[in-house]
Amino acid sequence: MSNDHELGRYKGEFGAGEVPPEYEVEETIEEHRTLATRVVSTLKRDKLALFGAVMVVLFVLTAVFAPFVAPHDPDDQFGFMKSPMSHSSGDFDGDGQAERVLHVLGTDSFGHDILTRIIYGARVSLLVAFATVAFAFCIGTTLGILAGFYGGIVDSIIMRYVDFQWAFPEIILGIGIIAVMGGLGVTNVVIAIGIAFLDDFARIIRGEVLSIREEEYVTAARAVGMGDIRIMFKEMLPNAVAPLIVQATLMIPFAILAEAGLSFLGLGVKPTTPTWGLLIADGRQFIERAWWISVMPGLAIMVTVLAFNMLGDGLRDAFDISQEEVE
Amino acid sequence: MWRYVTKRVAHALFVMWLVATTVFFGLRAIPGGPIQAMLGQEATPEAVRQLRGELGLDRPLPVQYVDWMTDLLVLDMGTSITSSASVTTLIAQAAPRTLSIGGFGVFVGLAIAIPAGVIAATNKNQLSDYVATVVAFLGISMPAFFVGILLAIVFGVWLGWFPVIGYNPLSEGLEPWLRSIVLPGIAVGMPYAAGVTRMMRSSLLEVLDQQYMRTALVKGLGGQTQLYKHALQNALIPVITVAGIQLALVLGGTVTVEIVFGIKGLGRLLVDSILDRDYPVTQATILLISGIFVFMNLLVDIAYTAIDPRIRYGGEEA
Repeated sequence: MSNDHELGRYKGEFGAGEVPPEYEVEETIEEHRTLATRVVSTLKRDKLALFGAVMVVLFVLTAVFAPFVAPHDPDDQFGFMKSPMSHSSGDFDGDGQAERVLHVLGTDSFGHDILTRIIYGARVSLLVAFATVAFAFCIGTTLGILAGFYGGIVDSIIMRYVDFQWAFPEIILGIGIIAVMGGLGVTNVVIAIGIAFLDDFARIIRGEVLSIREEEYVTAARAVGMGDIRIMFKEMLPNAVAPLIVQATLMIPFAILAEAGLSFLGLGVKPTTPTWGLLIADGRQFIERAWWISVMPGLAIMVTVLAFNMLGDGLRDAFDISQEEVE
Repeated sequence: MWRYVTKRVAHALFVMWLVATTVFFGLRAIPGGPIQAMLGQEATPEAVRQLRGELGLDRPLPVQYVDWMTDLLVLDMGTSITSSASVTTLIAQAAPRTLSIGGFGVFVGLAIAIPAGVIAATNKNQLSDYVATVVAFLGISMPAFFVGILLAIVFGVWLGWFPVIGYNPLSEGLEPWLRSIVLPGIAVGMPYAAGVTRMMRSSLLEVLDQQYMRTALVKGLGGQTQLYKHALQNALIPVITVAGIQLALVLGGTVTVEIVFGIKGLGRLLVDSILDRDYPVTQATILLISGIFVFMNLLVDIAYTAIDPRIRYGGEEA
């Protein structure tokens, strides 16, 4: 650089003041693209991810507006074990006149409309999934940043624990935590699965922090006298957030599956709550007479998880994160 | 190599000790203590004192801890509170069922996943690749218990080929045993196969793209030798890692699938003991499942040495 500059000073010499076109280096400035633009451009390119995203939005809207979308109330009772696309007749709204009610996905052993239960179940499933991932994200990220930033003994202790937990079946860990907390309910499920998932976030953010710890802007931040906490969360975290977002998207389907598993075992939410896992468990006893009771909610789980997986895979490609980095 | 194996064994023992300690303290951290939880709110003080004495909870914590560890070493895990059978007996009944299902699941999973991954990778962007990719994608999106229910409906109820409930021990003959674990085993193996297939495909594709593969081709190695001697050996290393990690999925899946097929294995035992607040059974089951898991991880670690010479010759820091 400086050499070139000096060469340019000799008057009359070749190349003085200008660089011949063939030696001109095109200056590429890596254009800063915000998170949102990157996501949008991925969705435009990757049709599978777009499809996943649309499905996810649809599921969220369905869950939020469940009372308006669902054909009935989740506790309304109709004919027992009606097959899909069948009708039950009777006076269900108490106006003294008999109606014919269509059950698109049939009814369960209590006479609940399955489509309605599935729509309300989406609320619990998505709520638990988002809350779980948010919980794991916050705690896991904090642990990982602390480990990566301070290194040494802090790092050893935190990462030993994380490794230990990482090598442990998540559902068993979740069951164990539920056993210790000794109770059913949404909060306990969120905490149990959340703890079981925090290791992934901790591992990822620690790796990121290690790679940016020596960057100039971190040194600069230290030089102007920023505190550790501020450096960690205001300087480093925003620069390491992309793989975390991808990981969070990929964890949501796992959280949905874990919640369904716990509910299926009877260790999840309270038994009267409409959830997919409980519906499947309930239908298990009746597979010989009414296969649809457990198949329909199972399909709901499958489609939802599939949509999140498609979106997650697309985002992973968008942020150019290798498969080894996130799971 | 022996140094590596010793190190892994020591690590596994350390993890087991950590699990045992966590379970010990976790049990004592239950709000109100296990006694309160077992006897309920209106337990008389005498009953509480008596049960505390029976379980040895009235002694100092360090004494309890040492006792608990020594009892573990001689596999004395106490007596079940609800059934008054010894915990060891209960577990000895349940464990073979879980291991049969899990073992069969892993067998089925690998038997499908490795050929499927190889076929998909060697026929990239052809029909067989698409089929394998889509099926694998569906597979990772289904919980094992749902696969189990689908199998039970189709092959149990509709076709009537296999029983949908119960378990026949191996001592009653090979065929009844196999018939009772086929469906649960496949249910557990499917999600596992899906994950391993995906890894096998991407790993093999990466290896096929390497320079040394072109070198092998230039040297004039035929397609089969090249594929098996050069590509697969290298591609299998990350696959083994994933196959090992995903054993957790198999174990977790077995717990739920047992309930689908009404098999009283470790999963059923664990869930029932939690619901009945039968803590001696809960802690023993959690310990055993952890033990199985740690042991399987150990086997996977050792399997590396057979495949990756860098570890065998101690080149890699492990």
